[in-house]
Amino acid sequence: MRELTYEVPATAEEAVAKVTGDEQARFLGGGTNLVDHLKLGVSTPKVLVDISRLPFDAVEQTDDGLRIGTNVRNSDLAAHPLVRSGWPGLSRALLAGASGQLRNQATTGGNLLQRTRCVYFQDITTPCNKREPGSGCSAIEGYGRHNALLGTSEACVATHPSDMAVALVALNATVVVLGPDGERRIPVADLHTLPGHHPEVETTLAHGELITHVELPVTTLAKRSTYYKARDRASYAFALVSAAAALSIEDGVVADVALAWGGVAHKPWRASRAEEALRGQPLEESAIASAVDEELRDAVTGPDNDYKRALLRGVTTAALSRLAPTEVSR
Amino acid sequence: MEHTVSLRIDGVDQEVSVDTRTTLLDALRERVGNTSPKKGCDHGQCGSCTVLLDGRRHLTCLALAVAYDGAEIVTASGLAGEGDDGELHPVQQAFLAHDGYQCGYCTPGQVCSAVGVIDEAKRGQPSHVTDDLEADIDLDDDEIRERMSGNLCRCGAYVGILDAVREAAAR
Repeated sequence: MRELTYEVPATAEEAVAKVTGDEQARFLGGGTNLVDHLKLGVSTPKVLVDISRLPFDAVEQTDDGLRIGTNVRNSDLAAHPLVRSGWPGLSRALLAGASGQLRNQATTGGNLLQRTRCVYFQDITTPCNKREPGSGCSAIEGYGRHNALLGTSEACVATHPSDMAVALVALNATVVVLGPDGERRIPVADLHTLPGHHPEVETTLAHGELITHVELPVTTLAKRSTYYKARDRASYAFALVSAAAALSIEDGVVADVALAWGGVAHKPWRASRAEEALRGQPLEESAIASAVDEELRDAVTGPDNDYKRALLRGVTTAALSRLAPTEVSR
Repeated sequence: MEHTVSLRIDGVDQEVSVDTRTTLLDALRERVGNTSPKKGCDHGQCGSCTVLLDGRRHLTCLALAVAYDGAEIVTASGLAGEGDDGELHPVQQAFLAHDGYQCGYCTPGQVCSAVGVIDEAKRGQPSHVTDDLEADIDLDDDEIRERMSGNLCRCGAYVGILDAVREAAAR
């Protein structure tokens, strides 16, 4: 690990100023991802600015929903009574991620900003455009089982690993961001970027901008939300693909639906085309399958990750079925 | 860059000198000499370095010691009563009674994790396999398996571990 200095800022403004003013500085939250990357040599900052003691550790009820501090631990957010009752899809997504120990350590903001699990990104002996711009992408020609199929580019086919972020996109959450010029809000759906020619850029945050809160709007749809994840083992593994869904059925047809996917793209993927295809339809397996196929119209797969198409039909059907008032007919 | 951090480790207050890069796991093992938490993968994938940190189960390999000034840490060895003949913690007794180990390397992490699991269930925290997110927790075998999934055992002593956690939870 490269030599580092460590600083504890007294305020969020001080933290932002320190990182904004130093290209070699990074925020340290729970550390579950960053400390691993320091060991691997994937991340090589010279200065760590520890934000974990800043007072962003509460889940507060507001007029419009919930305001979640960036330092709220994943375990506490998943278990919060208001989240469990009002946004069960968020609880489910958090509980599907990592392990009990890691959820006690990982933070809300850190979870959003965790980096891809692409094996080449994590292996500094191989070319990777995300880690070392211009060096090439090893995953396109190499081991491709985890590769993205939507929104990919010739430079990068990595997926975003977070479960929580997929639920937040489906639930229309917003991040509150503090920068040198004050506060701004970004929908979580617009927080992460597609790789394009610059896969080293992963979010719309400027260097030194700090996520201080996540805001979750209260809706009746969110109360009927869930998360379904497919992975290589029953627990404690990243998603192959996953679906966060919220559903309202009226008079036997889909009145409203929200759907987002994990494991398919460089960002949590809002499946708007599939939502559009499902609205007004009876919730039947054939309708779900064609909605998924509609969303996948522009998908690009190879022999290693083509299985994700069928798996997406499966997880989407499973997620929506959990929310349906009656059994989903074939 | 050297820092001094204050830690309460297994009931004893200590000032520990660490480099910025020293993990909590290396601080415990190499600086303090407490070899109860084990270094398995050192990347947060196996759970063998699990301790109780401020009362909750926590990995020590993905934690920089410098960031934990003031923390209270209980390792598996600190769960037992004092001295070589100190009384074992109920979870430790259950691991012995049910052969919840073979080589023993992952055991201190398993034991600390199990203590955390039982406490989390008592506080009503749901898990991935909990059907009703708002109901009380019945720590059945599926729940125990899911909640203990962050601790790998390469000997495959899972059957004994499951029996041990079930018995300890019922006490």
